[in-house]
Amino acid sequence: MSLLDLRNLRIDFDTRRGTVEAVRGIDLSIARGEIVGIVGESGAGKSTIGNAVIGLLEPPGRIAGGEVWFDGQRIDTLSEAAMRRIRGRRIGMIFQDPMTSLNPLLTIGDQIAETICQHSDTSRAEALRQAVALLAEVGIPNPEQRMNEYPHQFSGGMRQRVVITLALCANPDLVICDEPTTALDVSVQAQILSLLRRLCRERNVGAIFITHDMGVISEVTDRVAVMHHGLIVETGDTQTVLAHPRHAYSQSLLSAVPRADARLARFPQLDYREDGAPPEERQVIDLSTHWLGRRGKAVQGGDQTLLEARNLTMRFVSHRSIIPAWRRDFTAVDDLSFDIKRGETFGLVGESGSGKSTVARMIAGLYTPSVGQVVYDGQVIGGTDAQPMAAKVRQQIQMIFQDPFSSLNRRMRVGDIVAEPILHHGLAASRSEAQSVVADLLDHVGLGADAAHKYPHAFSGGQRQRISIARALATRPQFLICDEPTSALDVSIQAQILNLLKDLQAELGLTLLFISHDLPVIRQMCDRVGVMKSGKLVELAAAEDIFEAPKHPYTTELLSLMPRVTAPDASEWAAVKG
Amino acid sequence: MIRYISGRLAQSFIVMFVVAAVAFALFDFVGDPVRQMVTEDASQAEIERLREMMGLNDSVAVQFWRYVSGAVQGDFGVSYFHKRPVGVLLQERMPATFELAGTSVLLSILLGIPLGVYTGLHRNGRIARGLMAVSLVGISIPTFLIGIMLIYLFSVVLGWLPSFGRGETTEVFGGAWTTGFLTTSGLRALILPSITLALFQTTMVMRLVRAEMLDVMRTDYIKFARARGLRDRVVHFRHALKNTLMPVVTVIGLQLGAVIAFAIITESVFQWPGMGRLFLQAIQQVDIPVMSAYLIMIAFFFVVINLITDLTYYAIDPRLRSGALKGNAHA
Repeated sequence: MSLLDLRNLRIDFDTRRGTVEAVRGIDLSIARGEIVGIVGESGAGKSTIGNAVIGLLEPPGRIAGGEVWFDGQRIDTLSEAAMRRIRGRRIGMIFQDPMTSLNPLLTIGDQIAETICQHSDTSRAEALRQAVALLAEVGIPNPEQRMNEYPHQFSGGMRQRVVITLALCANPDLVICDEPTTALDVSVQAQILSLLRRLCRERNVGAIFITHDMGVISEVTDRVAVMHHGLIVETGDTQTVLAHPRHAYSQSLLSAVPRADARLARFPQLDYREDGAPPEERQVIDLSTHWLGRRGKAVQGGDQTLLEARNLTMRFVSHRSIIPAWRRDFTAVDDLSFDIKRGETFGLVGESGSGKSTVARMIAGLYTPSVGQVVYDGQVIGGTDAQPMAAKVRQQIQMIFQDPFSSLNRRMRVGDIVAEPILHHGLAASRSEAQSVVADLLDHVGLGADAAHKYPHAFSGGQRQRISIARALATRPQFLICDEPTSALDVSIQAQILNLLKDLQAELGLTLLFISHDLPVIRQMCDRVGVMKSGKLVELAAAEDIFEAPKHPYTTELLSLMPRVTAPDASEWAAVKG
Repeated sequence: MIRYISGRLAQSFIVMFVVAAVAFALFDFVGDPVRQMVTEDASQAEIERLREMMGLNDSVAVQFWRYVSGAVQGDFGVSYFHKRPVGVLLQERMPATFELAGTSVLLSILLGIPLGVYTGLHRNGRIARGLMAVSLVGISIPTFLIGIMLIYLFSVVLGWLPSFGRGETTEVFGGAWTTGFLTTSGLRALILPSITLALFQTTMVMRLVRAEMLDVMRTDYIKFARARGLRDRVVHFRHALKNTLMPVVTVIGLQLGAVIAFAIITESVFQWPGMGRLFLQAIQQVDIPVMSAYLIMIAFFFVVINLITDLTYYAIDPRLRSGALKGNAHA
């Protein structure tokens, strides 16, 4: 008998504009000790399932049909009080962001002990003893001492270990992990995944892994269910599904995952649409006639250096004091030198806190380096001795930020957002010319000219990132800084955005500084790559060399931690489908 | 911790110094004090003698120093109107205002926080909606009108409670403080004015706690607490309420200062013998020493209350205690 059984489960959200069917009738069963993955893109309804199972579906969401059976008992009809006795004790849950999952005002020990006491007749002293043992089991050093600390004193990975302790401390039979490692670095992700896998095996706990990350699915799960628009389109043994996906959506999802083993010219996009409509053709920009081609200076070819970073160092004050000897600072970037050639894509890769974004900000002129210089096209534009940055130079360097939700002013129309740099730099003769340029740019990034009249909230994350790209292009830049441009996006959207960047680079002769923590993405995008660790550049080489013959041990370590999804060729699938 | 407190103390000193300078400048801006003290037919020699006696011929710095050192010891000069030391006048009135303000702030906390939690949790409930509507009324009607309405109902029509004064008072702490808390008539007299003064604060605290509660209940740690099967009472009061308190403490602190400073209207309506009425009289009679002393004292209360508020943050939030906001979390 299976531990959890979902039978034709349907979940609706009643909104003002009618009922949204988030989950449209799914069947799924999980056996004791089995790890089942639910994979899909955002909006597919995966998290909704987890919330429904544990009875924490937020209104207006409601179970519209079907049944949830847990250990021989139907639980979707249970009262709130009965359900509370199941939550934590029988079914545990782990959420995505360890930084926000713990109450900041209570100590770790308090939070664990209260949970243990809630579910058993244990005394507080005994609960605290158990908590220490559990913390040791999930790999937290000095558990006795760390019990009395608050969440903010733990790093992200350690916090997720605490969260795991909390979810498992009452010995549940099933644990639902909702994107448990999405907010973590690769090295930490690998540790947390193996910990979760070990705990599930040792305790014979069934687990549901909800994730958008094929790498996580392939590392941990026994079986996988692929979700699309509220339906499970395919389910089966993980290795089989990954190697021979039968459904067209699974195939398109897998093909969009950036490959770590070889560089492809473009991301294969098997655009899966339920209505089967073909993707629209994109117009190619001809620079000799297009507005974007009317730059002051022609783009020169060759391997001439466009941007040079000389001994860049950035220190932040971590402890202020009037007395100089008491001052402390923190070196975010330490003596970094590299050069970027015209027309190439230069990648910076590293874990969070390695200083890669700080480098981007120094080059963009948002930070002034403590030591060192940024030289652009022969001019010193960044550094303590820089000439005041000429507007001409600044407009050639543009930046695309990570978070598409906070990088656009939500009170401005998209047309005004894109027009602002054009008008600011006086790049159009009149307002009406600027408007036609904006319409053209929005068209070229694949949004259509009509987007100009809408506000950012009307767009999805991927579409917003296209707006950011259009805005960056609006100054006719030669150098684009992309700071994790797709890390907030789904894989299929990521493939589209990265293809767009590749196309634009080819058409406009752009030079890119591409920053990411995602090694496969770096491999697909970059010509040369710098690997950063704790503010230092540990290795700098051509992308192929970094991946095929890494020299520095840290690079080797990063590569070994990279979850691998080796998808077979798309041609093979076409044969299967046919 | 010590650095933090010493920094706050230094700031407080700067604030007090500036306020003292303004209070001192009042004497010069609002006309020549000697002219107001003497009669029309005083001779020039008399005026000069008085000037010399009051030290008005000394340099500004010396006068200011004398003023500040006096103020520190509670000596704010002599009231022009009452002809008595201002320090003594304030000391007589202070207990009345403090007891009124303290009672009303306590009322607003005891009522406002539970009501805020309730309306925050049952956002769409009928009772919660009713409370929110009533609170809108409470926040919109001016204080004096509420006072007059309460007097009309409970004193004039029903005759249950006194309409003015403090009732009988008792001297405690060797006569340094007169309190109305120890007699029945004193307590009865306190009811109407403290409700009047508390109504606005209560609605404000309630609405603030409600808004914060709505925010906190949406956070991941509350969801995680529920997913662990913790009881609602534990989730609401142990996990949620404490996280709403930071802004609430700030506002209550500022409100306590404001209530002390601006109880004037309520004190007038209820003929309450507090500092507010003393200040009102001082303005009418251009009684500069009282005005400047009042200014300094109110500033002092605000500074002290703010200091206590900051220390309360420390007690509530461990992130401040270990300086984590500077980002030194370790693995």
